[in-house]
Amino acid sequence: MSARTTARTAARTAARPARRRPVVVAGTALVAVGLLAACTSNTPVAEEETGTGQQAPAQPAVANDEPGDTVVIGFSAPAADHGWMGAITTGAIAEADKYEDVELRVAEGTNDVNVQISQIEQFINDGVDAIVLLPFDGAALTEVATEAMEAGITVVNVDREFSSPFAARTTILGDNYGMGVSAGTYVCEQLGDQPDAVVAEIAGIDSLPLTQDRSQGFADALGDCGLEVANRVAADFTVQGGQAAAANLLQAAPQIDALWNHDDDQGVGVLAAIEEAGRDEFIMVGGAGSQQVMEQIQAGDSVLQATVVYPSTQAADGIRLARLLVQEKALGDLVEVEVPREIQLFAPVVTADNVDKYLPSAFES
Amino acid sequence: MRGIVKHFPGAKALDGVDLEVRPGEVHCLLGQNGAGKSTLIKVLAGAHRPDSGEITWAGEPLTLTSPVAALRAGIATMYQELDVVDGLTVAENVYLGHELATAGVTQRRTVRRRVAEVLARLGHADISPQKEVGELSAAGKQVVSMARALSHDARLIIMDEPSAVLDSEEVANLFRVVRGLTAAGVAVLYISHRLEEIRQIGDRITVLKDGRTVAENLAVADTPTRELIRLMTGRAVDQVFPARTPVAAGAEEVLQVEGLGLRGSFSDVSFTVRAGEVVGLAGLVGSGRSEILETVFGARRATSGSVRVGGRTLRPGSVPAAVSAGIGLAPEERKSQGLLLDEPVYRNVTLSTFSRFAAGPVLDERGERRAAAEQIAALELRPSDPDRPIRTLSGGNQQKAMLARWLVHGCRVLLLDEPTRGVDVGARAEIYALVHALAEAGNAVVVVSSEIEEVLGLSHRVLVVAEGRVLHTGPSDEIDEHRVLDLVMEGSAA
Amino acid sequence: MSESLPPSLATAGGVPPDPDRPAPLERGAGGAGHVAAPGRRGLPGGGLGRNLGLVIALVALGVVGVVTAGDRFASLDNVMTILRLAAIYGVLAVGMTFVITGGGIDLSVGSVLGLASVWASTLATQAMTESFHWIVMVFTALAVGVVCGVINGALIAYGKVVAFIATLAMLVAARGIAEIIANRRTQIVEVDSFLDTFRAELLGVSVSIWLFAAVAVAGWFLLNRTTFGRRTVAVGGNPEAARLAGIRVRRHTLYLYALSGLTAGIAGVMMLARTTSGSSTNGSLYELDAIAMVVVGGTLLAGGRGTIVGTVLGVLIFTTLTNIFIQNNLSTSAQSVAKGLIIVVAVLLQQRLATRTPRART
Repeated sequence: MSARTTARTAARTAARPARRRPVVVAGTALVAVGLLAACTSNTPVAEEETGTGQQAPAQPAVANDEPGDTVVIGFSAPAADHGWMGAITTGAIAEADKYEDVELRVAEGTNDVNVQISQIEQFINDGVDAIVLLPFDGAALTEVATEAMEAGITVVNVDREFSSPFAARTTILGDNYGMGVSAGTYVCEQLGDQPDAVVAEIAGIDSLPLTQDRSQGFADALGDCGLEVANRVAADFTVQGGQAAAANLLQAAPQIDALWNHDDDQGVGVLAAIEEAGRDEFIMVGGAGSQQVMEQIQAGDSVLQATVVYPSTQAADGIRLARLLVQEKALGDLVEVEVPREIQLFAPVVTADNVDKYLPSAFES
Repeated sequence: MRGIVKHFPGAKALDGVDLEVRPGEVHCLLGQNGAGKSTLIKVLAGAHRPDSGEITWAGEPLTLTSPVAALRAGIATMYQELDVVDGLTVAENVYLGHELATAGVTQRRTVRRRVAEVLARLGHADISPQKEVGELSAAGKQVVSMARALSHDARLIIMDEPSAVLDSEEVANLFRVVRGLTAAGVAVLYISHRLEEIRQIGDRITVLKDGRTVAENLAVADTPTRELIRLMTGRAVDQVFPARTPVAAGAEEVLQVEGLGLRGSFSDVSFTVRAGEVVGLAGLVGSGRSEILETVFGARRATSGSVRVGGRTLRPGSVPAAVSAGIGLAPEERKSQGLLLDEPVYRNVTLSTFSRFAAGPVLDERGERRAAAEQIAALELRPSDPDRPIRTLSGGNQQKAMLARWLVHGCRVLLLDEPTRGVDVGARAEIYALVHALAEAGNAVVVVSSEIEEVLGLSHRVLVVAEGRVLHTGPSDEIDEHRVLDLVMEGSAA
Repeated sequence: MSESLPPSLATAGGVPPDPDRPAPLERGAGGAGHVAAPGRRGLPGGGLGRNLGLVIALVALGVVGVVTAGDRFASLDNVMTILRLAAIYGVLAVGMTFVITGGGIDLSVGSVLGLASVWASTLATQAMTESFHWIVMVFTALAVGVVCGVINGALIAYGKVVAFIATLAMLVAARGIAEIIANRRTQIVEVDSFLDTFRAELLGVSVSIWLFAAVAVAGWFLLNRTTFGRRTVAVGGNPEAARLAGIRVRRHTLYLYALSGLTAGIAGVMMLARTTSGSSTNGSLYELDAIAMVVVGGTLLAGGRGTIVGTVLGVLIFTTLTNIFIQNNLSTSAQSVAKGLIIVVAVLLQQRLATRTPRART
């Protein structure tokens, strides 16, 4: 959220108080100015976050960012009970604040699908233009999202997929399997010449499909260079869970060459356990990409050498996509004149070499 | 203290109690359950405030506004339910509520030393102040409770049935401690209904009955035990018992109890009750009399013997079986065992019959109200509004509601446990008349009462019970109070 | 329109749920010669008078909603949205009212709801349902609920386990079983006959709302007009007196928990229909919502007095509050604070009523 172009930020903060309340007058004035100043909106100009790009400190976009008709977007996500989810919501709100033509209604986070369904129903009643929805449970929210679509509301599905293609206009996803692949590939690069290397893995909640996907990707990538996971434990995405799992793992494996931890939130506990055990003979790779972890990678004074990003900017991108869809704009940089059906984000490996690129978009755990 | 009066809703708990305790004496407070002992203790401990009367403490009038005030004045109370905290250590318990602390930090060393001293003084140097109280025996806990009283520099220690949880050896030790205390000038108010104990430890005795002092400052040495029992169980005011209607010759034996026993409580109890007959159970508290009634009623499961109603044997341990056979029980603790205090009178009256009024599962409240109103009129229950919460009725009228319940049910056997407990003295005659009327109407009635006069006056035949055994069965006009007392004493001594 | 936090908070938090509920009991200590007081109202279970405070609170919330969100709040669609949200909690709360009135507590209802929704949506159940009738799924959910309830009840009534502990164990265990069965995945309901039936509308009102209404009316009737209800009040008010009056207290206790399990099963069916999926996370923490709604509604947590009308009002107050907070973009954290305040105020009121009641002599 930090290092966007300062000029724009300043302009935005100036505009915000006026936009928020008696709204429309100020808003339309700005829209008018914007329209006069800019070229037509369908000229594709540089846009970040295309299918694969992770150019977080974005270039100032031009045409697509020009104010258009006001778009009312309803946003709903699960409770911000861990760093990544917190960043999802704050990212979405911050992104909406950047646009004079976006009015965001935030239904605050809930892990109760019953309540989340009710939130979407309220958005439908209110006749919002678009809904950006990170469902607590994709399948459970599918029906109500379909109802929204049928009511003519553009639904953007974030991170957890609906069970029906009719429930969303577009879906923006992270890549759990890809995270595993990226982590595995990085470990191979580091240890590929040591066929006897001991690789350990600390997973998240083991029975979750996303955990299984991550582990599968990791195993597949390691297999390519002849390595395999020697020690694997599962934690639960929490700090204390990570601490306990890592403590046990370190007891069980007196000598480790590489360790992949699925989640940087639980990684705080993992690192505490490593420090407690006084171990530093291995390299550690994180997951998700929290700010603290990236700073540690930057500092380079711990076992933590790299992390694999699971972008927490998905919801922010969802807001942008929703706005584009309602304003009938296309995604910049693509020749295609419509926003794609599905966008899967890349899971890049962050090391000391490239950390500067990713740090600005990292989340605080 | 003089003329202490304490009203509670529905009844007077204390109605003019006088009590005088001297320094260095063991003053015993005697009385049956419900005589007002517990209430009196609470007044002295500052937990209840009397409605009238005064307390004089060392020559000065004293008003006790709270338990803390009582402790400050030097009155410490050891309640029957030992009020120690199991999870804390002995030392912590002793100083509970008045922890020795400097700026919030407890002075553990000082506390430990002082507690050790107090324990030694109580003859229990073997108990470590650091021990957790939960690990101690009942006797040990009692010592802790006593140590707490001493830690307050109490000059009067009230002991509410301290021997109830102790075996004889522990009781002996308790007495040793009590003697030590009195030797040091501390006064002890000792509450018990074990007369032998009072003989051993007491100096003077005050007897309570129905919330009044019936005898004051009797010297233990000069008062025969029989006199004490008479005072406790005798009539408080002259009651005229209505004349008994003789039981019709050849009346059916409605209730037949044979060889009934309940392990640990009573054994081999046999009696029969004919239609129109009132049978009384006389005995002291703990003799097993209430347990017998409850076992006949199925509220306790008999370990031996049988109960038959109208020739049919009841399933043991089943209240519904007893009720459907036509037995009704008016329990000893009316409020906690008999009534839904917040519910209206009529629902209390129909508590065991509402499903009979109902059409299938659907209640017929109109029918219930009508039936209740009939009984209310018949029993002259006042006030007569069936919708009034029963809590607001007096004890006597609550008792009538209990009887009304079983009359609506059409019971043939009525078991009345202390039917006049908590009933104002004036209202008792009504209950007596009612019992007779019920018998005349062909019911079989069993009455338990602590008042021997009452049992003898009400019943045709009487069973004398002591220590869980029936010592005597016979017509009540062939036995008098003295004979009953003799039997009870013999039985208790055995 | 989104910055109106202070006024709405002030009003929502400041509404006393029950400012002038008349004391159901006499306040004076009653000697024998007491003047006859009017006693209770004729209507069993309290009547409207006792719920007046709740109605006022609900109306006040409505005013807050209209003032802060205008037509968005006052629309028929929004009312339906509130009712659809209320329906599942409401069904649970009705069952909970019985358990609490009967002197118990059921912490397991949320988990049992989850387990019922999972069991009724397994591949096997769905396959059987496809080949037979949607009733199979419904029956499965209800059966799961009742069985869990019977286990609770048996442990409490016959095993003499404290209700809090027994149902806490069920809370944990049922959630675990649900996770095992579902393997922590969400099971999607694909039986169209089921979805068509339970996602339909009747006279413009969702089936789930009708179900809620039916359960509430049935519950009201059961509590106030039947022998079952009378026994519930007796068992909760004074179990020993009930026992000595010939009521089979233990059996009735078992029935109460079975009933609570049944309503959890019904709520499970409704959750299946609403989310078109069964998940082990369904109903998480609903037990606390249900208890709060019941207590705010005026049912005594100590047992012996219960009101279904109050419970329904309690449910509506909580869900309307949720709706207003969403309408106004307010955080759920502030919402939790407001709910907490409501609970405390309601319970304080209850306690004040209770201490007015003269204590029995010991």
